Amino acid sequence: MGIFDFYLLETIINGVLFGGVLALLALGLNLVFGVIDVIWIAYAEIVMVGMYIIYYLNVVLGWPLVFAALASILGVGVVGLLVHALIISPLLDTPPINQLLATGGLLFFLQSFATLIFGAEFRNLGLSMPILQFFELYISFSRLLAFGTALVGMIALYLFLTRTYIGTAIRAVAQDREIMSLMGVNTRKVYLITSAVGGGMAGLAAILLVLQQDVHPFIGYTFGPITFMICVMGGLGNLLGGFLAAFIMSQIISIGSFYVSTELAYVIAFILFIAVMFIRPEGLFQRRA
Amino acid sequence: MKRWLPYGCIALLAVVPFAPVPLYYLHLAILILIMGLICTGWSLMGKFGLVSLGHGGFMGIAVYPMALLWNHYGLTPWLGAPIGVGLAVLLGVLIGYPAFRFRVVGHYFALITLALGEVVRLSIIAARELTGGSLGMTPLRVQPITDVSWYAVQFTDKRYFYVIALVAWLGGLWAWRLVNRSMARSALEAISEDEVAAASVGIHVTSQKLRITLLSAAMTGLGAIMLGQYNQYLNPNSLSGISISLEIVFASIVGGMYTMLGPTIGALITIVFRESLRAYFGATLTGMAETIYGLLLILFIIFMPRGLWGFVVARFAHPTGDTSRLEVAATR
Repeated sequence: MGIFDFYLLETIINGVLFGGVLALLALGLNLVFGVIDVIWIAYAEIVMVGMYIIYYLNVVLGWPLVFAALASILGVGVVGLLVHALIISPLLDTPPINQLLATGGLLFFLQSFATLIFGAEFRNLGLSMPILQFFELYISFSRLLAFGTALVGMIALYLFLTRTYIGTAIRAVAQDREIMSLMGVNTRKVYLITSAVGGGMAGLAAILLVLQQDVHPFIGYTFGPITFMICVMGGLGNLLGGFLAAFIMSQIISIGSFYVSTELAYVIAFILFIAVMFIRPEGLFQRRA
Repeated sequence: MKRWLPYGCIALLAVVPFAPVPLYYLHLAILILIMGLICTGWSLMGKFGLVSLGHGGFMGIAVYPMALLWNHYGLTPWLGAPIGVGLAVLLGVLIGYPAFRFRVVGHYFALITLALGEVVRLSIIAARELTGGSLGMTPLRVQPITDVSWYAVQFTDKRYFYVIALVAWLGGLWAWRLVNRSMARSALEAISEDEVAAASVGIHVTSQKLRITLLSAAMTGLGAIMLGQYNQYLNPNSLSGISISLEIVFASIVGGMYTMLGPTIGALITIVFRESLRAYFGATLTGMAETIYGLLLILFIIFMPRGLWGFVVARFAHPTGDTSRLEVAATR
């Protein structure tokens, strides 16, 4: 019995760390979702672009990992900017579902473009990240790193949104976009900056993901859906809510995988999401308006 | 003259398999008809603003029980198919009733259906002892092996499948026509314009939305059943989940979900385009076809949101280019 509880403890700790990865993934999407009210259905594929940037610079061109990582943040930030400028902004006045579908086209495009350039093979950096041992507990270092980065990323984003002028403008636009443009705020600029920052967050998530997973063109399907669910469950644009929702989902998946199987654990997580949508469509942690 | 045009086209389609058509083209025609039925089913919801990203879920839940019942109990697909369609409809009730009752709309409806499609896909993979998981499964060959088995719905000759698919597709168009000529259509249009206002004039929003969802689920389930039976191979990744769901959505958009033939034209464009690019680029440039396809999708949604056929119909009906009437014309 003692052994049993022990494995469960390890499962729970790994679940917390996995939650860090999910929380980090959700940050950028949450920002874009909350401010522009657009779902980038290709968000996971944009993260994939970052993973390929790091792979290409580090493995093919032989750049040091740190520079490759910085290039990922910048590069994906530019991708975010382009997504808004080229796809979202011509569609801002159309039904919201059109924006979602257009980024769905982007999903196909990025997936197959990656296949075209890198092929369907699984690629990795060839690094083996250490596994830390605390007494009898084995914990993956890369997950610990992701957890820490998610925490730092969230705090940084929070400070950016509350302590800077442009951050305040972003929050104001999120609250009421029509009034803010009447007040003389250049909403287009605010949207572009938000998209770039959201993209940069995706680039950050890509760094942590590429350290622990192989990258392949269809990797987006593995973590894309769960990322959307987390954002919505936490309440749109609610950074802390998204963070908490990431940990709820990761615990369900982690403990579910432990007791039944990974697939059924995801099934439970998705069904919970559907149920939450029925009961509290504004998200678990959103104050009712 | 114009009255007889549709019947002429149907007659032409019906005699196609008896002309010396290369097998490959017959194969494409069957796929187009089946995908056309599925996309028509999706568009019945899509054109009233109910954008589902989880129609793959209706496919998976319909086709797997039929194949499993055949493999384990020898139950003929003629009975397995209604059971499968029934299950798809049941799934439609389970997701639709609460969603419409609690007024989950727009983005949120898209996301819960996305989750639904994944739930079905992952459940099929999780039941790998039964379903073969991601590797897929094949329905057992009828014993003793014959060329034409009506009991097992297994034919070596593709022409049987063509006729079955044609009949089902025509049935789908007929359903579209019935909806278009019914009061339900006006009700649903009112709902998609303004749900609260529609409810205030006495339209039962939940029941109207639910009925169209169930019809759509049934058509999608039937299409999936034919696809599985025709390919004699079932795979959870191609018959459920996010990938096929998005494919359905995009084929419908490219063709034009507001017109009766639009979704089928979309399926035709998608399949022919992919096949011909694949033939053109061959194995040298894997992914080229899909890259161009993805790019075109983005352009379509930005510049031609009513789809290719919707655009053609609108132009044909209003050659003056009076765009204010586009929407009305395209829905006819």
